[in-house]
Amino acid sequence: MNGRTAAEQRLAWLLCAPAVLAMLAVTVYPMLYALWLSLFRYDLRFPDQRQFTGLDNYLSVLTSPVWWQALANTLLITVASVSLELLLGFCFALVMHRTLVGRRTVRTALLVPYGIITVVAALSWRFAFDPTTGFVNGLLGLEGAWLAERGTAFVVIILTEIWKTTPFMALLLLAGLTLVPGDLLRAARVDGAGALQRFFRITLPLMRPVIMVALLFRTLDAFRIFDTVFVQTRGAQDTGTVSLVSYNTLITRLNLGLGSAVSVLIFLCVLLLAALYIKGFGIDLSRREES
Amino acid sequence: MPRATGNRPGERLFWAAGSVAVVIYALFPVLWIVSLSLKPGATLGDGRFFPHGASLEHYLAVFADPRFSAALGNSLGIAALATLAAVLLGMFTAYAVVRLEFPGRRLILVAALSIAMFPPVSIIGPLFNMWRTLGLYDTWAGLILPYMTFMLPLAIWTLSAFFREIPWELDKAARVDGATPLQAFVHVIVPLAAPGVFTAAILVFMFAWNDFLFAMALTSTSEARTVPAAIAFFTGSSRFEQPTASIAAASVVVTVPVILVVLLFQRRIVAGLTSGAVKG
Repeated sequence: MNGRTAAEQRLAWLLCAPAVLAMLAVTVYPMLYALWLSLFRYDLRFPDQRQFTGLDNYLSVLTSPVWWQALANTLLITVASVSLELLLGFCFALVMHRTLVGRRTVRTALLVPYGIITVVAALSWRFAFDPTTGFVNGLLGLEGAWLAERGTAFVVIILTEIWKTTPFMALLLLAGLTLVPGDLLRAARVDGAGALQRFFRITLPLMRPVIMVALLFRTLDAFRIFDTVFVQTRGAQDTGTVSLVSYNTLITRLNLGLGSAVSVLIFLCVLLLAALYIKGFGIDLSRREES
Repeated sequence: MPRATGNRPGERLFWAAGSVAVVIYALFPVLWIVSLSLKPGATLGDGRFFPHGASLEHYLAVFADPRFSAALGNSLGIAALATLAAVLLGMFTAYAVVRLEFPGRRLILVAALSIAMFPPVSIIGPLFNMWRTLGLYDTWAGLILPYMTFMLPLAIWTLSAFFREIPWELDKAARVDGATPLQAFVHVIVPLAAPGVFTAAILVFMFAWNDFLFAMALTSTSEARTVPAAIAFFTGSSRFEQPTASIAAASVVVTVPVILVVLLFQRRIVAGLTSGAVKG
């Protein structure tokens, strides 16, 4: 190794060091600390009773119906919102791709739900469905208290999620659509392929990598859902999600040991989901670095 | 880019109608909360979408509440400083990753990607405990640190994508002329990279402005509580009057900057959001 490359490497490490240190200090170290805390009985209201208990906290969480209920709720919200977002996002992307008028207006309008604070979006939808201040009941001729019942509460939560995050999906898919060569579609049309055939035989396969990346990011994001549920139901009517269980155990009840076990389990779930996508659907994330 | 193929009038009308539908979809919940915030107190429960007469009473009430002004200041300050820090560190890292040869380049990008997938809720407990020990609980720094860290991956990826497009021969030329790599970075690259840096900054700012979880877990008073958390606490604070309209007014106030940013910079935001996902 000559002097120049050594200097270059030193500079590279110097430039990367602050970011790497921050990521280590604020994510890796706390995660390891959570792992450590999860092995103790440690309640901040009774700090003197701190005691090593091995895997007891995990046993308590995994035998608690609250955790399984929350996990089922989280998965329901994730699957429902991400799949509907993909459908709706595709429609929006096609509209933006094909329309000749007001393309920029549509794109700008779609960035509003993306940019708006999630808490504000959740409040807007909560008030809209509220029996006293809302307009939805009047519009539909109903008299339901939507957020007071489990089934309808999920409808409101999922609608809010879809409204807020479909734009992200649509913009990614639009970028993917522009990668599909127009000549290929025109040739297929000349050869007599119908619109649906062109979509399913040409557009969709070519967009597979973009769709997979969009799905991966949205799934992991949806699985972490906290803001919307907190604002709309606070987990009442058995609508709690895993993030809400973790927050309530850690911050509301100050039970660091038990809450850390929940945190570690959530981390493992996310890891599992990511691995499923990357291995199962063959998303090649490393390819993106070489471009 | 090739546009739609055969443009029969029917087809054109169909896509135009689609555009209108998308715009309505995107804006009606925003219009609804604006409408709610303008409804005079007595007509709050009238069940209409549009207000019957408009009043600014709820806005006056919100700004009369010192907790809201404090939260607004906290949100602005914390988001601005977190953005500055994330973009600065991200810029250093992206430059090294794109321009310099060193072992561990790939590792840094992969590590950043893993952190982008990391669930923040998993570390609020440890951070809560650490911040109390370190005296960072309920301070600006206590929120700036996690915001900066969680947005570093986005900053690094976006900036790397933009940095790859820069004509680097100019950098080489500067170095041939005797500039050190650091001088070349500051005087040649920074001005060229400004658009990408700006894009990354917008995205980071929007994240920090939006965060609710860290703000709820790591603050307890007006010292550092940001707007999303403050709005959530509005709910329980006044037991004798319906706070719905005040919450709506506060929501509109914090949504205005977002809409301005979106209107001014929509092209950059879209470029930044899609730069990482579509390349390859």
